[in-house]
Amino acid sequence: MDAGSLSSFSNLKGQSRCPLQEQLLQRKNSKENMDRFIPNRSAMDFDYAHYMLTDGRKIKENQTACSPAREAYRKQLAETLNMNRTRILAFKNKPPAPVELFPSEHSTASAHPTKSLKPRRHIPQSSERTLDAPDLVDDFYLNLLDWGSSNVLAIALGNTVYLWDASDSSTSELVTVDDENGPVTSVNWAPDGRHIAIGLNNSEVQLWDSTANRQLRTLRGCHRSRVGSMAWNNHILTTGGMDGQIVNNDVRIRSHVVETYRGHQQEVCGLKWSASGQQLASGGNDNVVHIWDRSMASSSSPTQWLHRLEEHTSAVKALAWCPFQSNLLATGGGGGDRTIKFWNTHTGACLNSVDTGSQVCSLLWSKNERELLSSHGFTQNQLTLWKYPSMVKMAELMGHTSRVLYMAQSPDGCTVASAAGDETLRFWNVFGVPEVAKTAPKVNRELFSQLNRIR
Amino acid sequence: MASRTVAKDIITLRGSAAIVSEFFGYAANSILYNRGVYPEESFAKVKKYGLPMLLTQDEEWLEAGKLQRVVMVIMSKATKEVLERWNFSIETDSDVVEKGVSREKSDREIMREIQAIMRQIASSITYLPCLDEPCVFDVLAYTDTDVPVPFTWIESDPKLIANPQMVKLHSFDTKIHKVDTLVSYKNDEWDEQ
Repeated sequence: MDAGSLSSFSNLKGQSRCPLQEQLLQRKNSKENMDRFIPNRSAMDFDYAHYMLTDGRKIKENQTACSPAREAYRKQLAETLNMNRTRILAFKNKPPAPVELFPSEHSTASAHPTKSLKPRRHIPQSSERTLDAPDLVDDFYLNLLDWGSSNVLAIALGNTVYLWDASDSSTSELVTVDDENGPVTSVNWAPDGRHIAIGLNNSEVQLWDSTANRQLRTLRGCHRSRVGSMAWNNHILTTGGMDGQIVNNDVRIRSHVVETYRGHQQEVCGLKWSASGQQLASGGNDNVVHIWDRSMASSSSPTQWLHRLEEHTSAVKALAWCPFQSNLLATGGGGGDRTIKFWNTHTGACLNSVDTGSQVCSLLWSKNERELLSSHGFTQNQLTLWKYPSMVKMAELMGHTSRVLYMAQSPDGCTVASAAGDETLRFWNVFGVPEVAKTAPKVNRELFSQLNRIR
Repeated sequence: MASRTVAKDIITLRGSAAIVSEFFGYAANSILYNRGVYPEESFAKVKKYGLPMLLTQDEEWLEAGKLQRVVMVIMSKATKEVLERWNFSIETDSDVVEKGVSREKSDREIMREIQAIMRQIASSITYLPCLDEPCVFDVLAYTDTDVPVPFTWIESDPKLIANPQMVKLHSFDTKIHKVDTLVSYKNDEWDEQ
């Protein structure tokens, strides 16, 4: 069961190619915008400015219905603001237009990268498809949805795991566990898209081959209570349990427990390996996020964490590594916290914190654009699409009538599946189509021109 | 330099008006150059155009205390949409206009303040959005209503920007005229608001 060559992590690494400088410049600009947004109040005539800015609209209103009271009010307002004492004059002879258009690299040293203005893509506000998901367990700490690299979606409903093939929309049942072992508490596809791990309430983990529909093995003894979160790193299956322990299991060998990470005091609900497979982020019900680094592994004692991030004030289940900037991690806090925080996992520094107003259940980065998608609970149960790094809301997708606990992204990065306690599974075309669909290098000529652009 | 009284620290209304209108000339040139509205080669020609005319008129208004603000507007040539608006608002000491008194302020101090603004204008290119398309500029003057309109000027609308980003630059003060600088610009595509 060699998952090495088909690892999805290496795929992700190939896609991230953004030079670090560009990111920093952008952030400096958006920070400056926030600083400058309120200019020096004492020197500005705010009333005048406000009136001038809204004046145009008011004029349009007056053209339709104008009561004498309103007219008098306008006059009074104008007088108090010295409006009628001002005349605006423009110089009559208009200056000559510039003769030639030079590219913006000329003369002015522009700090912005010259980016062609793309038309804004349309983000459909409603789900493209809604499927029925009866008996979906409404438990914040579980991870019952995962989309594999073979384009098959796995969802756990009660004691059963179903597989939904996205290419032909067919559903099949993988396994139904016994009542005493179930319900299923987590599902996670291996990088090869063929093998799948299923975590159970009785603390066991089953490994299945989805194409052969055959169970390969059961991992026992790694946890004392239910396994709510899992993450793959090549042949290592990392499991997080309600007991607060995180265990690295090498699925190829008999004695599968190779490493244990101790640090969480309560249930581990979020678990994600970075794209490089070097760092693991874990979030727990103890409001703590730990960053574990493989380079710190020791055979003798339990491995020490690299960073312990305690800024969240509620359980952290939502974790997402940024695909285009390594060492950038986004975390989302639960009902008492409601923030999304960004971290540099090299230094452990918190880069930004955004209050979303609602419990953050899940986070997904876009593979095509610099965008982040978050799913929320009370009151709107919405999915929010944010522009990164400005963290401006680009869209809010409504539809679910209960907190959107589970989200998964399609392997091509265009579609997001979300499931909630309202027993629906919805699909959203929120990430759009990839900008450049490069299939295979065509001619030598094209390769050469690509080199120029990289410079 | 325009006419100024011999004793350097004393500023008269005429002297102050000269300083302010000279400043506008420099500022306007600097803005047009730095924002790349005109390519470098044709800049000498543009400098000769119009701006001296603008300055003499300004001086007249400034001496009368009737000029409230001067606005330089940069618009897209194709769509005539206002992309940037450089607003210089002027506060005139009415005592000086009415009674003809003079004030005291060191020449060097005023020059330093003006230089600070010029530097700020030059460095504004680091945060102002790129002007990728051909642009034209216009100059607006906000005056009192009782000012006779010279034939080279016509009435105009304020050419405002909807939902602008605003940056306030330094101001300078001759003790007779106080000039505040503010640049407002249309939000860039990057910060989608």
